[in-house]
Amino acid sequence: MDADQSREIVRRVADAAGAGTALEIRGRASKRFYGRAPAGAPLELAGHRGIVRYQPSELVLTARAGTPLDEIDAVLAEAGQALPFDPPRYAGGSFGGAVAAGLSGPSRPFTGPLRDFVLGTRLVNGRGERLRFGGEVMKNVAGYDVSRLMAGALGTLGVLLEISVKVLPAPRLVRTRRLALTRHESASRVRAWVAAGLPVTGAAHDGDALRVRLAGAEPAVEAAVSETGGEEEGDGFWSALRDHELTFFRRPGAPLWRIALPSATPEPELAGASLADWNGQQIWLRSDDEPDRIREAAAVAGGHAALFRGGDRDGEVFQRPGPVLWRLHSRLKQAFDPNGILNPGRLYAGL
Amino acid sequence: MAADSVYRDEDLQFAFDREDLVGRLRAVVPPDALILDRESLRVYESDGLSAYRQLPLVAVLPETIAQVQDILRICHELSVPVVARGAGTSLSAGALPHPRGVLLHLGKFNRILEVDARRRIARVQPGVRNLAVSEAAAPHGLYYAPDPSSQIACTIGGNIAENSGGVHCLKYGLTVHNVLEITMVTVEGERVTLGSLAPDAPGYDLPALAHGSEGMLGVVVEAALRLLPQPQSRQVLLAAFPDVSSAGEAVAGVIGAGIVPAGLEMMDNPAIRAAEAFVGAGYPVDAAAILICELDGHPGEVDEQLHRVRELLGRHGAQDIRVARDSREAARFWAGRKAAFPAVGRISPDYYCMDGTIPRHRLGEVLARMGELGEAHGLRIANVFHAGDGNLHPLILYDGNAPGELERTEELGGRILELCIEVGGTITGEHGVGMEKINQMCVQFAEPELAQFRAVKKSFDPRGLLNPGKAVPTLHRCAEFGGMHVHDGQLPHPGLERY
Repeated sequence: MDADQSREIVRRVADAAGAGTALEIRGRASKRFYGRAPAGAPLELAGHRGIVRYQPSELVLTARAGTPLDEIDAVLAEAGQALPFDPPRYAGGSFGGAVAAGLSGPSRPFTGPLRDFVLGTRLVNGRGERLRFGGEVMKNVAGYDVSRLMAGALGTLGVLLEISVKVLPAPRLVRTRRLALTRHESASRVRAWVAAGLPVTGAAHDGDALRVRLAGAEPAVEAAVSETGGEEEGDGFWSALRDHELTFFRRPGAPLWRIALPSATPEPELAGASLADWNGQQIWLRSDDEPDRIREAAAVAGGHAALFRGGDRDGEVFQRPGPVLWRLHSRLKQAFDPNGILNPGRLYAGL
Repeated sequence: MAADSVYRDEDLQFAFDREDLVGRLRAVVPPDALILDRESLRVYESDGLSAYRQLPLVAVLPETIAQVQDILRICHELSVPVVARGAGTSLSAGALPHPRGVLLHLGKFNRILEVDARRRIARVQPGVRNLAVSEAAAPHGLYYAPDPSSQIACTIGGNIAENSGGVHCLKYGLTVHNVLEITMVTVEGERVTLGSLAPDAPGYDLPALAHGSEGMLGVVVEAALRLLPQPQSRQVLLAAFPDVSSAGEAVAGVIGAGIVPAGLEMMDNPAIRAAEAFVGAGYPVDAAAILICELDGHPGEVDEQLHRVRELLGRHGAQDIRVARDSREAARFWAGRKAAFPAVGRISPDYYCMDGTIPRHRLGEVLARMGELGEAHGLRIANVFHAGDGNLHPLILYDGNAPGELERTEELGGRILELCIEVGGTITGEHGVGMEKINQMCVQFAEPELAQFRAVKKSFDPRGLLNPGKAVPTLHRCAEFGGMHVHDGQLPHPGLERY
């Protein structure tokens, strides 16, 4: 099933660049709902797949963009390792799509975001040139870090062909504890546990209770469990949270917003139902409130809001940068994709 | 490394009137913030790589962000090059002044603005020393993780410009992983915030570009740093090996077993001897290689890992394994490693420090081939190695006064860098390209990649005024250097011998 289709992909991009045709870059289309409405002729990456290099003792995995995440998960699990950023799998998802979306799972505030683990990329820019940046080594400061720039750029700067990421040993023991605490109590208690060195890798509050995940070596986890108290629960909650399979996400109704906040910041008061992940740094909000009001409330709290799922996908879904930042954004887009053919408008209108 | 003509003609095409520039700068900074006389400018003529020397046209020492903005606006308007400088500890001549430019010294930006223990954030100015951040955080039980060997002197602004590492990167990351938000002044004099205290700032990941950009994209005037809780427990272990390759395999064995040490360092025999003679760390001077391994975390976890690491190292042929009994002995184990560069400086009139990173499993092969290259060039090499993350620091020993030795050293250095690229590594892990390795950029990258770098640069600095002539080579430079790009780890004509 593994296939290197890079030659064909490079040719398609070069042709589109010549003709000025917009391309919609598609992996496994599991996050097609995300960002602004897709436009352009489909450029399929799903067939460009396979793990290119993986040697567990190097802690580096290199795979083609179309490789299904579950294939990568399985190969890593066999060696007792995992993707440390634990990206959402939604309906499966591809490796390239995970990097392009730049989304990280529940462990993000404790073990780091996806972009932290990107080491190198091979990509096609909007001129149809095949380029390589970074590499398969942990430390590399030769040239600008273009690879990390691709994380979260939603394919607007380049078509990812191959990505190398740092991987880590999977924790030897994972325990989930449920504690009936208010959100406010939860947040300060989790911060205290982290400061005391407890191996916390997840902290979410669904409105009723805090769930805290403790993961690592056995002695540290066992000690942490006796410190946190609470009731034992299975760890299925975390993948259901990560993949938006909890009832909160699945029930029909108001659009889903994602509000990111600085640490130890009270959640802004907004109409609708909410669920707090990342120990209160990522608020999921189901709300019919005015988009501008939600964005304004997030900004006042020092954070930002994105219309994650539903609502008007033709309007802006991400918080728009100020004028100086916007100029840098549009110049960078110009630098990578002068004809504006790669996922045009997916991140912001006019980019 | 040659002291003359490091800048090329194309890097020097800036036409403006010096008196005009000085007059305009006088209007925006106090008189003592402007340095014009040659003797005072000499302080800035080189950074940590003293083989390169160059006087700037003028030096300016602003003390407010508004002054930095004014200076950049003036330079932009007149098309004057600007080189930003912190403590000047760069090992790649990244802070080397430009002969037609302003040297922007940020030493007065030396205040820690805030330590927020609740949020675990330090807000600092760029001229704050790296170690000062951890010192200010210590009363709260916190510290700042990146710890480059120059941490007593080097500053946060420079750490961001170089994406500095240190001995704890494998577990705790580089500077880019530990900075939440950067306030930068653009070459056009505008103030802009990159990143945010909230996770995943909207839009492009501009902090990723700013880190390691070597002063080419903007001037950092403030940063918010992430602080970590001090680990509850720490153990340091020293192991001696009869040959270098078994030490390399032991490193792979430890990591393959699912253990990520806080620090994992290797030294070869010449480096061991030099360090022992210098600081008396108690190193076994007959060992072909030593490993220093630091484990941290929960006490139970550390004890368990220590047990497993001892067993793994023994299985890979370690002959002598010592665990530090207390923090003083641990500090002594580290002292030799941290003093390795000056220690080598004592046994050789001069030394030249390289900074390649390689995939760890190629270590044995790379060390063997480096030995051969050293012999072919008639030069000795001592090796210190951030073994956990594959970052190699070969130190070439030479005598700058012996005719031809500097040139042979340069030649050998170039060969070693090309070897790093050939095995799938990079020419610089943490010291930066600067002026020093700019020619090897033509080997590591193909022209379309360099053109992409130039386009990125132009997005931030359309007139090419920030640190011109560094980090990203021009097409002309590569053409002249004979740009031998190594594609996919394959040198052109891999069958040919190269010396």
